[in-house]
Amino acid sequence: MTERVAATPGLYPLPDWAKETLSDLKGHQKGDLLSGDESEAIVEEYAEVRAEYVDDQLDAGLDRVVEGQGRWDDMIAHPLTVHDSVETGGIVRYYDNNNFYRDPRVVDDLGFSGDVARELEAATDLIGGEAPLAATLPGPYSLAELATDEHYGDEAAFQAAIAEFLAGEVEAFPAHETLFLLEPSLVTNPPAEGEESAATDAIATVADATDADVVVQTSYGALDEKLYAHLVDEAGADALGLDLVAGDRDDTVYNVQEFGSTDSLALGLVDGQNTLVEEPETVAERVEWFESQIPAEGFDRTYLTPNTELFYLPSNKYRAKLNTLAAAAEVLE
Amino acid sequence: MVRNPSANREQFRPNDHPNDAFLLTTVVGSYPKPKWLNRADELVDDPDSKFDASDLEEAHDDACRLITHEHERAGLDTVVDGEMRRNEMVEFFADRIDGYEFNGPVKVWGHNYFDKPSVVEEVEYDEPWLVDEFEFTSNVAERPVKVPITGPYTLGFWAFNEAYPSTEELVYDLADLVNEEVEKLVEAGARYIQIDEPALATTPEDHAIVGEALERIVSGIDEEVRIGLHVCYGDYSRIYPEINDYPIDEFDVELCNGDFEQIPTFTDPEFEPDLALGVVDAHTAEVEPVEEIKENIRQGLRVVPPEKLTISPDCGLKLLPRDIAYGKTENMVTAVREVEAEIDSGEIDVENPLDD
Repeated sequence: MTERVAATPGLYPLPDWAKETLSDLKGHQKGDLLSGDESEAIVEEYAEVRAEYVDDQLDAGLDRVVEGQGRWDDMIAHPLTVHDSVETGGIVRYYDNNNFYRDPRVVDDLGFSGDVARELEAATDLIGGEAPLAATLPGPYSLAELATDEHYGDEAAFQAAIAEFLAGEVEAFPAHETLFLLEPSLVTNPPAEGEESAATDAIATVADATDADVVVQTSYGALDEKLYAHLVDEAGADALGLDLVAGDRDDTVYNVQEFGSTDSLALGLVDGQNTLVEEPETVAERVEWFESQIPAEGFDRTYLTPNTELFYLPSNKYRAKLNTLAAAAEVLE
Repeated sequence: MVRNPSANREQFRPNDHPNDAFLLTTVVGSYPKPKWLNRADELVDDPDSKFDASDLEEAHDDACRLITHEHERAGLDTVVDGEMRRNEMVEFFADRIDGYEFNGPVKVWGHNYFDKPSVVEEVEYDEPWLVDEFEFTSNVAERPVKVPITGPYTLGFWAFNEAYPSTEELVYDLADLVNEEVEKLVEAGARYIQIDEPALATTPEDHAIVGEALERIVSGIDEEVRIGLHVCYGDYSRIYPEINDYPIDEFDVELCNGDFEQIPTFTDPEFEPDLALGVVDAHTAEVEPVEEIKENIRQGLRVVPPEKLTISPDCGLKLLPRDIAYGKTENMVTAVREVEAEIDSGEIDVENPLDD
């Protein structure tokens, strides 16, 4: 029987109180954003934010709890923008959104950082065993796409180096049940024909660094069919994450029917970019409908997730979306 | 198809205009708020303070009077109140339109947030949005007053759409409301309206939606009313020559910021509306010298003849220190008047404006 798991890949909006206190502590300019060696006062603020995120998720009853990534000023580019071998350039547009992040310019070898592992250690302490932890990282393909290489000098070498770096980070993570690798660029800016395997190899490098279930989460529409097939076969993912909100859902259904699927799937069911809060029953119906489209008899797990990160939303709506996901999983029990 | 800009331009020429040539000077709209006004905005929310809503209204009136006069002192032909009453360009209007609700701030980048509203039901017109503001400014101003309005495309796409099957449909409903507001402003005496569509700069592929929205906005608006469209920095080649089909009198662009590299975009095919050209940078805190601004004005003459050229700063100046904003505006007007005199004397050849 298929297990239904309500989960999110994190990147939550800061609570309104923290938006104020942190902007007072840090400032509004580019140079004021997080560098990874923040002051004790800032560390304490983020600790409170993290505790609130954990409570939000436990209150909602999610099946996996994430750290929430409140510190990720640069969204999924964060693991690079706080890295010692990276200089931050100008403010650039984050995908097709009215959001911006600092361009990470990689200027030296990407050695071990441990920044994300430290966040996850702190989250583990807060969760206190009440729910399994899910870790979040950018996937290597998207992170390479979002960054600027000023050191490795070759696209393939750069992508491989980023994959090795991320794998090193994962090895330092505390125990986690699931690892979300966020790969929106696979949809928005897919690898050129013939270069799919370089991307899937990079993802597999990171996926192989953990025993946890690995979800390769895509966003902003359907995957190109050829790339989809490569990802199912080669990325080392336990689950591909598919956006069922944005773009053409029929294309995604076609991919699954034509090329099969990973042993598990993550379905982006609630809209991370709209304040309209979905009914749990509607979400549950969508899960059953989608599962009925999959040719293989019974697969391991369906993750019920938002289609994007949730930082696009105001705080009250982000919380409502967590509740919807958890309630939808309950409807399906 | 463009409106008829030559039918409404001359009304803005001041009686004492010193030159034959007339390059209409204006501003995009926003201007730095006096520090005391920001303080007053905060004070009214402080429960321990006696400063109340009517005090704030008085403060807003004072600030509008001050900035309108500051614009006149700089010598502008048409003035704005600097948008002293407005907080943010979407929020201000969403607050006045039925159908919007606010849930709290969302991140733009770093610790910069925007109170992005949600459209939760069909949008409807309730009270006038800007008529009081226009009447006040018009009463204190000696020069004609321009009214900037955030356009329906931006009001639609910079909100969460919970209520409409597509955001395009929301935009058209909003355009009908803007039309209603423009009618009321015209009734109150307004003759110069500027529609601001910064959202088009990031999604130029939607130019047809903006075109359709503009058709609705200008429906029934007499040709003596000047309708401008302002679109901030972007790749204008993505919306040109399509904008030649827009029903506007004037297209206002931000080109100074990019050293006028995009000017050739507008030279072929022929530019049809009047060109409102940004000639001072809204993002640098140094006042450009008059000579430099004069060179920038000549760039506009590569696109249109003097009788179709309007001169403004690149964008709203609200993020600059106030003395810098004033310095830029004053130098801009000085430069325009000198260029006009040089056109009159034949020193500038309008056919070859970059030649000395």
